[in-house]
Amino acid sequence: MQSEPPAVEVAGLVKRYGAKVAVDGLDLVIARGSVTAVLGPNGAGKTTTIETCEGYRRPDAGTVRVLGLDPVADSQRLRPRIGVMLQSGGVYAGARAVEMLRHTAKLHADPLDVDALVERLGLGSCGRTTYRRLSGGQQQRLALAMAVVGRPELVFLDEPTAGLDPQARRATWDLVRDLRRDGVTVVVTTHYMDEAEQLADAVAIVDHGRVIASGSPEELCRGGAESSLHFAGPAGLDLGSLAKVLPDGAAAVELSPGSYRVQAPMDPRLVATVTTWCADAGVLPEKLTVQRRSLEDVFLELTGRELRS
Amino acid sequence: MTTSQGAYAPAPGAAPIGRMLLAQTAFETKMLLRNGEQLLLTVIIPTVLLVLFSSVDVVSVTGPGNRVDFLAPGLLALAVMSTAFTGQAIATGFERRYGVLKRLGASPLPRWALLTAKTGCVLVTEALQVTLLSVIALALGWSPHGNPLTVVALLVLGTAAFSGLGLLMAGTLRAEATLAGANLVFILLLLAGGVIVPLTKFPSAVRGALELLPISALSDGLRSVLQTGAGVPWSDLATLAVWAVLGLAAAARFFRWE
Repeated sequence: MQSEPPAVEVAGLVKRYGAKVAVDGLDLVIARGSVTAVLGPNGAGKTTTIETCEGYRRPDAGTVRVLGLDPVADSQRLRPRIGVMLQSGGVYAGARAVEMLRHTAKLHADPLDVDALVERLGLGSCGRTTYRRLSGGQQQRLALAMAVVGRPELVFLDEPTAGLDPQARRATWDLVRDLRRDGVTVVVTTHYMDEAEQLADAVAIVDHGRVIASGSPEELCRGGAESSLHFAGPAGLDLGSLAKVLPDGAAAVELSPGSYRVQAPMDPRLVATVTTWCADAGVLPEKLTVQRRSLEDVFLELTGRELRS
Repeated sequence: MTTSQGAYAPAPGAAPIGRMLLAQTAFETKMLLRNGEQLLLTVIIPTVLLVLFSSVDVVSVTGPGNRVDFLAPGLLALAVMSTAFTGQAIATGFERRYGVLKRLGASPLPRWALLTAKTGCVLVTEALQVTLLSVIALALGWSPHGNPLTVVALLVLGTAAFSGLGLLMAGTLRAEATLAGANLVFILLLLAGGVIVPLTKFPSAVRGALELLPISALSDGLRSVLQTGAGVPWSDLATLAVWAVLGLAAAARFFRWE
């Protein structure tokens, strides 16, 4: 018996716009039923990759299969099965939120209950306001609702929570979790690392048109300088004496006057070593915290800290 | 807030094509009728011109009958141009600009069905315009002649010609350029296309060129049938057919959806 193809299978994708190479040999496999976050700096090739999967762009090289179909050649068969939320727009300027959603539902065979979706995403309060006068958050929530109303197998969300307030972000996350629970595959691009950590089963970090790291958030955060201990105290403590009692490979620095960081494979003994040293020095370590390496640390290590133009 | 398990279980599928076509046509028509600027263009301007120039002697008319017998066919032609060309170009241009066409491109609605729905929307609007203008013209003493089927053939071919040109503009220019250009063309063709000013008023050098415009062919064809009760105006129909083929082919070739 042949097994079901993955939700998305991209191999060696190349996409150029004139002389500019937007995607440069990108490989990506997305498992069915997962939530996958595609991360990357602006201009890394995220949106081009997603839009190629949605059938908007024809690859210059490489292959793209979505639910086992070619997004361009098999577009008519694929489109009813996917849900799409564009980064912006997609709605008639003069349309009201609920009527637009109701219309989108009519294009599908077995859509979700529109009233329930309106209620859930708080779109009922938009009333008779037309799309161009909705707030950015309301426009985003409408686009999200339009992406899921057709009961798709696979949903592409391009920066779904950009510019949302915390309540709306959480409502979006809850909806993504419910989609996953019910077996929908979700692909989401985002700039928010906490969003990826909260939601994603798998993360793909894209830069310069390639996937430069992928795995679960836990896998990506493992390894390297695993975690760090921070505390505050008087400025100018003698860290040389601390270094003598720390294990090999540990490093202590004063980040700014009175703010200290110890980087090392963290275990309870190391914390005891640091606090004992503080006690011997007559220092009360304030704001003592142990921090795991975050996805943001990994992201910045991989893609660099300098600003992108 | 969460929902019960299975509420979002996938059940994908396109609606039956007939239902999609009907829904899209109805939605496009609703959007058009809600748009104030569009109504100004498609309803108010032709109506005001019809009433004004039928009652006040500021343009010199030609041919048999009352002033309204000359003006009504021209304003029917203007109504077709305002909806199929100007209105459709502006609306589609902004739909393209705001990603509506792009988003619909990811929906189950096929592209041909979207274009069919747009045509349906244009025809529904034109039916409303023709009804309204005819009622007003009859009230002003209009006595139309000729074969209604010939009139319908002219209106349909005129719609095809103007739709091709409107979609070509909307699909290739920026939305702002389409807005400005479509309005400018509307004014120019209103004045120089035999709508309210007879083409015989123009010097014969330019007249030959003006007669080849789709608006001139449509207004001349409608006038020859409705005002004088002439038979099928083959040369006007042929002019419109050429514009329709060229316009629709160019639109199909050059239209960009984003």
